[in-house]
Amino acid sequence: MKNIIVFIIKNKSFFLFILLETISLFFVFNNNYYQKSYYISSTNNITGYIYKISSNISGYFQLKQTNKTLARENAKLLSLKKNSFLINNKYDSIYKQQYLYIPARIISNTTNKRNNYLMLNKGRNSGIKKDMGVVCQNGVIGIVKDVSDNFSSVISILHSKLKISAAIKKNNQIGTLEWDGKNYRTGVLNYIPTHVNISVGDTIITSGYSFIFPKGIPIGKISKFKIKKGKNFYDIDIIFFTDYNKISYVYIINNILKKEQLDLQTKSQNE
Amino acid sequence: MNKYLKYIFLFFFLIFFQILILNNIEISGYINPYFYIIFILILPIETPKWLLLISGFLLGFGIDIFSNTLGLNAFATVLVSFMRPVIINLLINKNDLENIKIPGIKSFRFLTFFIYSLILILIHNFTLFYFDSMKINEFFQTFTKALSSSVITLVLVILSDFLFSKRY
Repeated sequence: MKNIIVFIIKNKSFFLFILLETISLFFVFNNNYYQKSYYISSTNNITGYIYKISSNISGYFQLKQTNKTLARENAKLLSLKKNSFLINNKYDSIYKQQYLYIPARIISNTTNKRNNYLMLNKGRNSGIKKDMGVVCQNGVIGIVKDVSDNFSSVISILHSKLKISAAIKKNNQIGTLEWDGKNYRTGVLNYIPTHVNISVGDTIITSGYSFIFPKGIPIGKISKFKIKKGKNFYDIDIIFFTDYNKISYVYIINNILKKEQLDLQTKSQNE
Repeated sequence: MNKYLKYIFLFFFLIFFQILILNNIEISGYINPYFYIIFILILPIETPKWLLLISGFLLGFGIDIFSNTLGLNAFATVLVSFMRPVIINLLINKNDLENIKIPGIKSFRFLTFFIYSLILILIHNFTLFYFDSMKINEFFQTFTKALSSSVITLVLVILSDFLFSKRY
């Protein structure tokens, strides 16, 4: 027994090393579990405020760009207004709203890691919940991972574990959009069967088959594609419409009917 | 007292510098310098091993809290702080070591300091990138990324040692 104690004291720095590495590994692999929720509510508020100050400053440098995108977006919305249509029969008896949009500002964002996250300046107090989708005018940003009272952290589309159901606009062929980690401007579209006709420049949109994103949000366009021998699916590379390094304002999507959809799904799966 | 304050100030400065400035720098989607590791590189030689390890852990953890990668940076920095005494003993013999207080270009001479920083930065970056990616089929892609950001980090470390080494 004495020998063991002497051994430990003699090699105390080595044991400290092992201990600290174990703690780190524990954090790495438990990132999704309980202490995460504790961590998010206590620490995120502090980190959130620091990021907010920093983004308040850097926001000034992007004002011009932001104004331009907002103006473009306004023009698009104006063209959708009631008086822009010759015949307006939108107010049918079956007309019902499904998606609500909540605007938010990005206060921290990375694009240079393999797994990227963003932080937004709105949280639980603004009605944001876990698993809501986040989009911008010309692209999908990600999915809300955690919320605290005033902030929410979002898994970026530039993340190894996020896969989004996407479709080719012209023929509605469904595939899965992923990020391969090479460049933040490009991604890959998988599971498009080889019998489908595609060409460079085809637009990729969200499919609307998940409960998170509505159909038809533009994501990117095909930059190149090839067929590997013996495979049934294309290898498609796409270019995102959005420069994820430059966005500053986003919309969080609240799917009002999500609960109903999920209930129905579980019901039919259980039978 | 003054000495400790300096290092504590440097500790926080490096964390914020990394988070607010360096993490926003990006060249062609590959290069992102992890400059904060210089804190471990330039701690005095006489720093006890346990203090090295603890400060490495706190530094990495500080970065982790801000970048949503809980434990990732901490793991890499603790590894670097564990390897530091080993590398120093390998590169410099004991007699010379007695005259050296702080690792730097002046005290180590350029080539030794270059190799010393290179090895530790490589350890740090490769652990960080492979741990982040964790995919075998992205092996080479991760390799280029880790290598290129090691080079940039090394350049920054050498440059800042040239510029600021007199002050601490």
